[in-house]
Order: sequence, then C-alpha cells, then structure tokens
Amino acid sequence: MLKLNAIQSGYGETQVLYGLSLEALQGRILAILGRNGAGKSTTLKTIMGLLPLKSGEIFFEGKPIAFQPFDIAKSGIAYVPETRDIFPSLSVRENLEIVAKRFGSSGAVWTMERVLELFPRLGERLENGGTQLSGGEQQMLAIARGLLMNPRLLILDEPTEGLAPIIVKLIHDKLQELKNTGLSMIIVEQNFGFATSLADDVAVVGKGKVVWTGSSGEIRADEEVQHTWLGV
Amino acid sequence: MAHDLGFWTLQTLNALQLSMLLFLLSIGLTVIFGLMHFVNLAHGSLYALGAYFAASLAAVGGYWMGFFLAPVAVAGIGILLYSGFIKRMRKSGPMAQVLVTFGLIFALLDLTRIFWGDLALAIEVPSALAGRLDFLGVEYPAYRLFIIVLGVAIFGLLAFVLGRTQIGAMIRAGVDNDAMAACLGINVERMFFVVFCVGCALAGLAGAVAAPLLSVTPDMGLHVLIPTLIVIVIGGLGSLKGAIAGSLIYGFVQTFGAVLAPQLASVLIYALLAAVLVIKPVGLFPARG
Repeated sequence: MLKLNAIQSGYGETQVLYGLSLEALQGRILAILGRNGAGKSTTLKTIMGLLPLKSGEIFFEGKPIAFQPFDIAKSGIAYVPETRDIFPSLSVRENLEIVAKRFGSSGAVWTMERVLELFPRLGERLENGGTQLSGGEQQMLAIARGLLMNPRLLILDEPTEGLAPIIVKLIHDKLQELKNTGLSMIIVEQNFGFATSLADDVAVVGKGKVVWTGSSGEIRADEEVQHTWLGV
Repeated sequence: MAHDLGFWTLQTLNALQLSMLLFLLSIGLTVIFGLMHFVNLAHGSLYALGAYFAASLAAVGGYWMGFFLAPVAVAGIGILLYSGFIKRMRKSGPMAQVLVTFGLIFALLDLTRIFWGDLALAIEVPSALAGRLDFLGVEYPAYRLFIIVLGVAIFGLLAFVLGRTQIGAMIRAGVDNDAMAACLGINVERMFFVVFCVGCALAGLAGAVAAPLLSVTPDMGLHVLIPTLIVIVIGGLGSLKGAIAGSLIYGFVQTFGAVLAPQLASVLIYALLAAVLVIKPVGLFPARG
C-alpha cells in the first residue's frame, strides 16, 4: 500500500534518514520502532511532505506520492502527529467539522456521528476550546479528526506519548476496533508492548535505516533485536 | 470642557473614526502576518494606492466609482505583488521580507509620483454624505459617521466569516498551525493568496474612504505604517479581536491625548506600546496558534 525506497531526508542541513526502505501492507498495521533520534518521526513527516524528500521514492497505492501535504492528505493518508496539533482557536466541534465537511461525501464511512460513537467523551466536549482538553481527549480528537478524512491509511506518531495508563488502554482498544474494520495503519511508538500487541508487522529503525523487519510475534521472541535496537 | 457632554461625544466620534480607518488597514496586515508569517511593510503603500485610484476614478465617474473600484484595483496590485515577490519570499525569513517590502514602499512611492505627480490630490465628499448630522446633540459630519458605520459593518462581516463559517474556521486553523492544516487537506497556499488579496482590498478601501478627509499624497502610506504596526503589536498578531482592540486603543489614546494632554500626545501611544510589550509581549489578543 505504501512503499518507501531508499529515502533520504532530514531537517535542513541535518540528514536523519540514510536510505530508509520499508513497506506497509493493505489492511495491516505496521509498527515502526526504534530509539529516540533513530528517524521514526522523520520518516512519517517525510511521507506527509512536511520534510523534503532529498532522494529515494515513496509510492502510495502503486503511484508516486504527491509533494504537498494537502495533496497527500487528499490522496487518502491521514496523519496524527506526536504533538496532536489540535487547533487552539477552534472548538472541538470546529476541529472536527473543518475535516468532516470537506471529506464527508454521501458514502463516507466516517461521519461526525460515527466518530462520536467511537469517542463519546468528545461528544460531551464539543463546545470546548481545543486547548481545554486533557492530553487523552486531545489524542482522541486528533484520531477522530484523522478518521473524518475517511483515509485508506492512518498514520499515528507516538499515540501514547504522555498519557496515563488508563488512557493508553482506551486508545489501544480504539485502535484495535479500527484494525478490525480493516483500516491500514502505521504506528510509530516507544511503548513496545502497546505497539507489538496491535501491529501485524514491525520495522525497527536505527541510525536512519530499517535494521530489522518481521512480525510482532517474531520481535517479541527476539530479545537480541530488542536489546540492541530498542534498549528493551 | 471636561464637563461638556458635547465635547466628550465629539472626541469619542473622532476617536472612533480614526480607529475604524486604522482597523481597515490593520486587519489585513495582521491576518496576513498571522496566516503567512509574512512581514509586509508595503501594506501602507497599498493604502496610498487605494487613495490615488479612488481620486482618479472619482474624477471620471464620481466618488462611488472610486469607493467600489479602488479596492478591486488594489487587490489587483496585491496579485502582482504576491506573484512577483511574496510567494517567492515566503520561506526567506523575516529579515529578507522586511528589507524587500521596505524597498517596495519606496518603489511604490516613486511609482505614484511618476503616475500622479507630487501635488496633493483631493476628492469631494459625495453629496449624499456631505452634510452634518445631529448625534447626541453634536453636529457631526455625515461622512465621518459613514466611516464609523463602514468600519463597524466590516468588523461585523469579518467576525461572521471568521467565526461562523467553514472558510473562517479554515483560516483560523491555518493561523494556528499551517502545517497541520495542510495535513488535513487544506490548500493553505491558496488560502494565503485569497486572504492576501482581501487584505490588500481592505487597505485600498481604507485609502479610498480616507481620501476625502486627507490630502492624497505619495507619502501618505509611509505616515500610516507606524500607527498600523502599533495597532497590531498592541492588539496581538493574527486576530480580528486584536485588530479592533488595538485600533480602538490607538484611536482613543491619540484623539483624547491630543485634546487633554497635547504636550504628551505624541509620546502617550509609544508609552502604551512599551507598556504592552513589557507586560504582554504577544499583545492583548493574539491568535492562539
């Protein structure tokens, strides 16, 4: 579904990715794991067009990916950043509606009603400002906003970052529900247990390259990979 | 004087009229800055061009032709500026933007001199607004009341568009976080362009309505630039509320300062600016992004 061929990218003069290649398959969850600074978030930002692709190729559904973030979003990829990036001057309702009204065609799978069924807590907070939400609520809103784009691929960067264990469990359960609908996902995560319990496939990133690929079961059984590349 | 209700009413109306002119100028500049992170010092020159276009058009087809077409013409100049300079300089950093747009001020100033000459132009107030109206016991020029009503109407319209419509929510989202807005499929660049053109048109409108009150001179854009920058720094960058609050504060401090403490009038607004920068460096009502 999404294929990265030897991509190089980074921030200005600082190169972070050195020929990274990986593939996310249709209907499956790919977890990208690695230590801090390995290049996980840089990979996602490069996919989304937020960082320039210096060399290499990215294909989405067999076609070269667009250059601009808004074209990439329209092609069917939703991105939930690590910082959630809820718009603070918009209410919860507006945060959702600016997406729902543009992506909610008549046959759309994800509607306001359906995302509020998935995250009922947001329904109680619709008129609150974006900044009046707790970290967990902001994460729910960021995921709900992504779903309203009716994406074919949902990309999540550190969805459990800074959240209380009870909220991590809730987010886990919701992502499991999404997985059961057949939605393809890429999850970048530091929480090894969270990621491997959700993912089908795992790519381990180290020093700007993919250093290991396999299934969730395989990496759970491979203590050497865990120790060498993840510090688990 | 201080016990005369008429005095207070008159000065309040004067302050409101100045505030509304500044509001028309500052709203474009502040939203362009908030949305595009672009420092367009040439915004005042667009105000001057609005006044010149209005003067020329009024000479041909009367005041209202200038009133309606000058903003369109200035928006056209805005399109040229956007395509020629602004779009290319989006990523070049504030210092380069300041230098280029500062240069544009003088380029546009000389162009107005070449086309219209150095002599001041004047526009007649339209006959429908030529008289005086009784307002709370004060005889006040109808045209100045018209400027107040126009400013309030445009504020109301912008408040509605920005606060109640989908495009307004998209603009606020873009001001908050343009990268995230783009990741949600919003064509932020196109939105920038539209907002820039509307901001230019409002600057042109401000010039057109100011023209009958002031002499239309090539350097009028230069004179209005500092007050406009003060308004957006006091009000806070990127927000409608900041633009109206900053304009009212400037208008009232300047007007009442001039009549109540004339010796301090030129210093008061700068003292207030300094106080705001010390106490709340982001301004009173900045956009929250």
